Amino acid sequence: MALNFANNNSLSAITTLPASISGGGMTLISEQTASSSASISFTSGIDDTYDSYVFKLYNIHPADNSANLRFNLSVDGGSNYNVTKTSSAFAAWHKEDDSGTSLAYNTGNDLAQSTDPQRILFGGLDNANDGNGCATLQLFNPSSTTFVKHFMCTAVKNSYHPYAWNTFVGGYGNTTSAVNAVQFSLDSGNIDSGVIKLYGIS
Amino acid sequence: MALVKYNDNSISAISSAGQLATGSLVPIKTLTASSSSTLSFVHGTDGVVLDSTYPIYKFEFINIHPATDNVEFQVNFRDGSTDYDATKTSTFFRALHDEADTTTALAYRTGGDLAQGTGFQRLNEGIGANGDQSVSGELKLFNPSSTTFVKHFMGKFSGCNAGDREDTTYVAGYCNVTVAIDGVQFKMTSGNIDSGTIKLYGIKDS
Repeated sequence: MALNFANNNSLSAITTLPASISGGGMTLISEQTASSSASISFTSGIDDTYDSYVFKLYNIHPADNSANLRFNLSVDGGSNYNVTKTSSAFAAWHKEDDSGTSLAYNTGNDLAQSTDPQRILFGGLDNANDGNGCATLQLFNPSSTTFVKHFMCTAVKNSYHPYAWNTFVGGYGNTTSAVNAVQFSLDSGNIDSGVIKLYGIS
Repeated sequence: MALVKYNDNSISAISSAGQLATGSLVPIKTLTASSSSTLSFVHGTDGVVLDSTYPIYKFEFINIHPATDNVEFQVNFRDGSTDYDATKTSTFFRALHDEADTTTALAYRTGGDLAQGTGFQRLNEGIGANGDQSVSGELKLFNPSSTTFVKHFMGKFSGCNAGDREDTTYVAGYCNVTVAIDGVQFKMTSGNIDSGTIKLYGIKDS
């Protein structure tokens, strides 16, 4: 069937493309919006379709002051978030009154063969109305049954102190089982608001 | 003139997008290692584009696994000849934490940087060769076709060190040349790349 070109080869009225057309290298799989949520879990769409996945976190706002955002991994579709992880963590921060700066490793935010959630927005989020944090979390080849599961996260937030924080985390889920679900939560209180988007990288 | 709609605003018969915008991250080429001494992306070869088509190029590395224990994964750039020997100046630092929880560090690594060096640029440190160990990460190359500016690159990697620890490495620098970079090569400091995938993307409108 030939396409009728109606307007000098543009397709301004088209709202969907067939599945056979690639949407580019970065495909939005799903997104969730927090609303006084104890946790946000992605229990579908994480499989062998893509070699790597990216979570983008927008304006994560805590209900409780000084809470830290964490994530954990699941190998059973979200029944349990308890994958053993080893990670490193460091951060740069700068006070709003210009009275202090730092770039240092953060032993309180790394993990050594622990099943605890991994902090990514650490240093204490501010629950004032304008307080929030944003982050990008990469998860490599979660469906592998050969390799451990590497992740890297870079995040920025304004803390309750108030400081600007730039946080860096790298690590691996030390499992050769396929990771198929990811959960985000705070270490205190609910996620009052915010958006988390999951992308697959083809 | 109105557009003829075939199927409630979808166009099911179309199989190629042509010049239709389909997202900013454009897959260009994937190479898969299989006991490979090197993996190279050369503009104009096997579908590789590495020119002014995109302002930024991104390499993504999935589970790069060495044949030899405790080796480094490296990169070099081609700047006008067939040799991968562009002059580079760079910085390199890492954070680490071992599984036994006995060691942590955040430090600049002078052994990983270059000062007008033509050798390969280290991207991580001491990858283990156990069956489940590898390194994954990304490397961006900015405006490689410029004949005005030096060519900046930035990368970050998470790897399983041979000492059973997590190493996150950050590398940044520039090829100190004003000729176009038209090839990028990856290899280990010793031995083959046993397995792993490297994907090259162009970033549109960046």
